[in-house]
Amino acid sequence: MKIIYTDSLVVGAGLAGLRVAIASKERGLDTIVLSLIPAKRSHSVAAQGGMQASLANTVSGMGDNEDVHFQDTVKGSDWGCDQQVARMFTHCAPKAVRELAHWGVPWSRVTEGDREVIVNAQKVTLTEAKEAHGLINARDFGGTQKWRTCYTADGTGHSLLYAVDNRAISMGIPVHERMEALKIIHDGKRCHGVIARCLITGEIRAYVAKSTTIATGGYGRIYEVSTNAIICEGIGQALALETGVATLGNMEAVQFHPTAIVPVGILTTEGCRGDGGVLRDKDGHRFMPDYEPDKKELASRDVVSRRMTEHMRKGKGVDSPYGPHLWLDITLLGQKHIDTNLREVKEICQHFLGIDPVTDWIPVRPTQHYSMGGIRTKANGESPQLSGLFSVGEAACWDMHGFNRLGGNSLAEAVVGGMIIGQYVADYCQQTTLSIDTQLIEDFGQQIEVEINQLIDGNGTEKAITLKQEMQKIMMDYVGIFRNGTQLEQAVNELSELLKRSRNIGLTCKKRHANPELVDALRVRRMLKVALTVASGAHARTESRGAHSREDFPERNDKDWLNRTLSSWPNDVALTPKLTYEAIDVMSMELPPGYRGYGTNNAIAHPDTQKRQQQIEQVLAGLTEPNDRHAKQAALMPYELPEQFMPANQRLFDNVDVKGEQAK
Amino acid sequence: MSQARQLTFSIFRYDPQDPNDKPQMVRYVITETPGMTVFIALNQLRDTQDPSLQFDFVCRAGICGSCAMVINGKPTLACRTLTANLPTAEIRLMPLPGFELIGDLSVNTGKFMRELAERLQLWLQPNDTDMDIHRIEAPMAPEEAAKLYELERCVECGVCVSACATKQMRDTFVGAVGLMKIARFELDSRDSRSSEDFYHVIGNQDGVFGCMTLLGCQDACPKDLPHMQQIAYLRRKMAISVTNL
Repeated sequence: MKIIYTDSLVVGAGLAGLRVAIASKERGLDTIVLSLIPAKRSHSVAAQGGMQASLANTVSGMGDNEDVHFQDTVKGSDWGCDQQVARMFTHCAPKAVRELAHWGVPWSRVTEGDREVIVNAQKVTLTEAKEAHGLINARDFGGTQKWRTCYTADGTGHSLLYAVDNRAISMGIPVHERMEALKIIHDGKRCHGVIARCLITGEIRAYVAKSTTIATGGYGRIYEVSTNAIICEGIGQALALETGVATLGNMEAVQFHPTAIVPVGILTTEGCRGDGGVLRDKDGHRFMPDYEPDKKELASRDVVSRRMTEHMRKGKGVDSPYGPHLWLDITLLGQKHIDTNLREVKEICQHFLGIDPVTDWIPVRPTQHYSMGGIRTKANGESPQLSGLFSVGEAACWDMHGFNRLGGNSLAEAVVGGMIIGQYVADYCQQTTLSIDTQLIEDFGQQIEVEINQLIDGNGTEKAITLKQEMQKIMMDYVGIFRNGTQLEQAVNELSELLKRSRNIGLTCKKRHANPELVDALRVRRMLKVALTVASGAHARTESRGAHSREDFPERNDKDWLNRTLSSWPNDVALTPKLTYEAIDVMSMELPPGYRGYGTNNAIAHPDTQKRQQQIEQVLAGLTEPNDRHAKQAALMPYELPEQFMPANQRLFDNVDVKGEQAK
Repeated sequence: MSQARQLTFSIFRYDPQDPNDKPQMVRYVITETPGMTVFIALNQLRDTQDPSLQFDFVCRAGICGSCAMVINGKPTLACRTLTANLPTAEIRLMPLPGFELIGDLSVNTGKFMRELAERLQLWLQPNDTDMDIHRIEAPMAPEEAAKLYELERCVECGVCVSACATKQMRDTFVGAVGLMKIARFELDSRDSRSSEDFYHVIGNQDGVFGCMTLLGCQDACPKDLPHMQQIAYLRRKMAISVTNL
């Protein structure tokens, strides 16, 4: 077995992984990226609508800043997020957007003067400031107080991934394509790299590194229908889980996007609604204002998805051979807007539905979209249990999203998280040395060899594809938007049974090199473990928070459940994960739990909430400069960042308002 | 309702790593379902008839550029090709020519694109090297940003390369994908490279002056990129810049 040594190993070549690789390389470290596919094909490319950053250039973003973005993110998370991480993130988001402009992203820009937009199905004229002309524009997205989502038409992920990958190419960072990591090499305390298999030649290799960063995205494909790329199968989470040491956080927190097309589940961006599109039922009635009179279609994603499902359950869905759906109507935006700002959506409608969204309504339904859960990390991106193992982006539970992610905060997490954690990864590599017994590497390599030999030469009778399809159906039927104890228990039992059966997989194609059946077999066992963490976590969590909605426990229960689910895998023969819980400390929160602003306020309060409120009032009353928002923030919840990211973000209105003069 | 069609797929099969294998066309029959795409059909074939069949899909939404192949003689994205739109129930699938064959319908476009990017330096080389990420960004004309995005929509699927007659005769030709990307950076006011700099890269037979203007690239591009206009523009630019050299 060939052993390749490096300083910083990154698994996954999407935005988050590449950004970490760039940070490592900039610090002079030897860096290698492994990827299933060419970097530019990673799922980051599919993000359409944009990335949130409080630049506040557009008139509808005026008054925005880190504080407002922070509040939206924490409320959006249903208080499940790590508030210090949310602060790190919101502070650095404007920096990341500006850095990306420097790397080539053609952000859409503000045009001074009047422009007509659609807000609440009405034409409204916005007047952009002269000083803002040519600065980076933003559109409206769900669950936000300001227009904050920076974009390039509806191909934002494409522009970002291309710019970041181009940057990585310019720095000579090698991406080992079609290389699948299958096992983490570790000694129970420290991670030493991975064992990987080449998808072309079948060669098994060891990559040994000071730091290993898992940036493999989410686990959407454990569901039958998902907006995710077909490679988003949760293998990164499984790698960590199978160490038996590292933990996964909040795996039950799974987001369903309101508007994926029916039946194939391809996404149409939230930008459709952000730009003024509305949802309609079988009678053509715009129903969201009936449920959420304030935010309507632009309520948080979990809320809109639940309201849509509720409405369809009342018989208001449009019948189709693929089950009921609703309509997304963007016809009111007009051809010019759709052709320039929503052209990917238009292409998708033309090619997959044979309709033109300029004149036709789009059939949509809530569909699995995002994994808030992932490899649990500390604020520096490192696993609390396994030193040298880092994770970033959707793969991680860094935990800025808690139980619901805001639209536009995922692309943002990928690049901002990559930017911040990249520095911590580089610090780690510079501060540690590589010290490993090569026998350990051989042992882990041997485990993979044995697994492959058993699949190819063994007498197994189960088909990987059958197990995969059964798993996906269980997740769809029992671990969806609305959940209940009976179905979740059934899901756990049935998934455990599948896991047992997966030990008896046999292959018909016996090739050791490029063999799609072997790839599926290796993955499905790992996916089943990941699926079990989702179902078990959901079953155990007897409350409703964000996207985790229990029909039998409809209230958010801060008293008993203001915590993070941690899953680990006990041993090779186990059929369910071990669950433990990490408390979320109210007394250190900048924004203590409160009402999110949707439906009835049925939360069961945490005993510390009131105490913390009073403490905050006292701290604020004692400040010498009560109007300095930075001082307020620092007094309530100090947080750390790499030195170079500490400076404040400059904004147009800072110049206009604070200095009383216009920006140049 | 009429009965569902039986589709016959003739698929190119070859494993270049198996010394005993020879290229051949293999026929498979499946029943067409409503909304079936070549993506759905190929997966169904693999799941139910032949688990060794190799092909590449990632986003399955026409966004990532992984799945280009030759469908009934025309290179295009397989994921968004609806079988109902194909004229007959006989469908021929071949791998994209011009790229290293991995096996069956899978080709190594990633390796090609990375080498092209390194060769042509396809990344922004900014004028202003000291970037301050804490301060307000430099303004850009909104029209320029919109134009850049239009040129940037290339998904590196490789269709233009496989549809290019020049490329078939001259292996070192940069292809429409290379030229489009150069055009994109040439247009970008943030890029420090002059026309002369670009001339050194594409002002030759491997670049704009090699193109025979048959424009298979423009005909086949799944993103409808304006290849003809951009190649003509670059040629004119390069011709002017050479007179200045």
